[in-house]
This record gives sequence, structure tokens and C-alpha cells, in this order.
Amino acid sequence: MVPVNYYFALSAILFIIGATGVLIRRNAIVIFMSIELMLNAANLLFVAFARTFNHLDGQIFVFFVIAVAAAEVAVGLALIVAIFRSRQTIDIDDLSSMKG
Amino acid sequence: MTVDLFIFLSLSLVAIVAALGMLFSKNAVYSALFLILNFATVAVFYLLLGAPFIAMAQVTVYAGAIMVLFLFVIMLLGAELLEPGQTRGWQRPLASILTLVLLAEAAYLIFARSDLVADITPAPAGYASPQAIGEVLFSRYLLPFEITSILLLVAMVGAIILTKKVSKRI
Repeated sequence: MVPVNYYFALSAILFIIGATGVLIRRNAIVIFMSIELMLNAANLLFVAFARTFNHLDGQIFVFFVIAVAAAEVAVGLALIVAIFRSRQTIDIDDLSSMKG
Repeated sequence: MTVDLFIFLSLSLVAIVAALGMLFSKNAVYSALFLILNFATVAVFYLLLGAPFIAMAQVTVYAGAIMVLFLFVIMLLGAELLEPGQTRGWQRPLASILTLVLLAEAAYLIFARSDLVADITPAPAGYASPQAIGEVLFSRYLLPFEITSILLLVAMVGAIILTKKVSKRI
């Protein structure tokens, strides 16, 4: 069997790649996709530990995370579309009109 | 090397390469396609971990619905190449340093404290079958489940309101 540590390491690597994406990319849609990647890394760990302890609650939690992610994507992409309509860009460095 | 370990290592290689491909693609459409590959790989991990229901939800909801929505918005906006590369000079080095710190912390926790976590034991029969998931979901987690439906309704209304053309009021 695969030790759960390996899943831990894989999930950490995926999460860190997602966090890096949020930090270095400028395209708002790609940043959004990086957030999805981080959610996915957390889900993987939930399922791995649910299996380790033979408990179903972790998988139920993943189910809820997927539902919340779907809602988040719907609202987030609607926001991006609305921003693009009014500003003609989704480069996050250009969206600084709130800055003093 | 057992079969399980071989499958795990090769699949994790695919998952990490797909994630890096998402990170470094210049074109947002390629990023989305790499992310779909990553989600499909993670779905196979769920199958390996004895979670068929979650694996199917992953494929249909994540790789299906969510990523199709992403691709749709990217192509709707024509935003796939919106990255002129005029980032502020200090952002990338700072991001690399922070990432390395995070990686070091994760590696420390995994290797130095590895005695805290057990190996994965063989699952009992009927573990995480769709029937078992449904029974738990509709008994102990009934209230969160219903709240999720309200959340999805609110998200749907919010998305419609946000993308509606602004009409002249008054």
C-alpha cells in the first residue's frame, strides 16, 4: 500500500504550485484556476485521511467543498466578466483604481 | 515496488507536470486544459483511495462543469493572451522566496514529523460506496446538504445579477 505520507507530499506540492500561480500570474482567470488547484489539493488530502482512518466524514466534506467551489466559480467568473466589460482588461495590476 | 506504488508515482508525476504546465502556460486556454488533466488525475487518485463517488463528482463537476465554464469565459472574453509581462520587478523574486519557504515548511512537516501519520490500511467491504455516502449525507449531514442547495441558488442569482446588462433605472 502507498503510505499516506506520499499523498501528503503530493497534496503539498500541488497546493504550493497553486499558491505560486496566485503570486506570479497576472491574468485573473489563471489566478482563479490556481485557487481551484489549491482547493483540489486540500480535497485530495481529505480523501486520503478519510481512507486512513476508515471514516466517511472526510469524503462528505469533499462533497461540500466541490459544491462550494462550483458556487464560487459561478460568482467569480461573473465578476470577471463584469470587470472585463467595464475596464476592457482582467490584468490584475491594472485594476488598482481603489488605490489611494 | 508494488503495483499501487508504481501507479501512484506515475500518476503523481502526471499531476505535478500538469499543474506546472497550468502555471507556466502563456495561453490561458492551455492553462485550462492542463488543469483539466490535473483534475482527471486527481479523480484517479480518488479511485485508488476507495472513493468512487467523489471521483465521479470530481470528473462531472470539476473537470466537466467548472472547467467548461472557465473555457467558455476565456473564449468569450478573448482573454487568453492578456499577459504583457510588465510585472513589477520585485514581485517574481519575492514570490519565489515565499514559495520556497512554504515548500521547506511542508517538507519539514512531512519528513521530520512522519511518525504522526499511519499507513493506509485496506478498506472494509462497502467502504464509501454511493449507498454509504448517501446514507451519511441524508442523515447526519442533512442540514449542511440543504444549506448547500440554498448556497447554489444564491450563487446562481448572483451570477445572473452580476452579468446582466445595467439597465437605466428611474
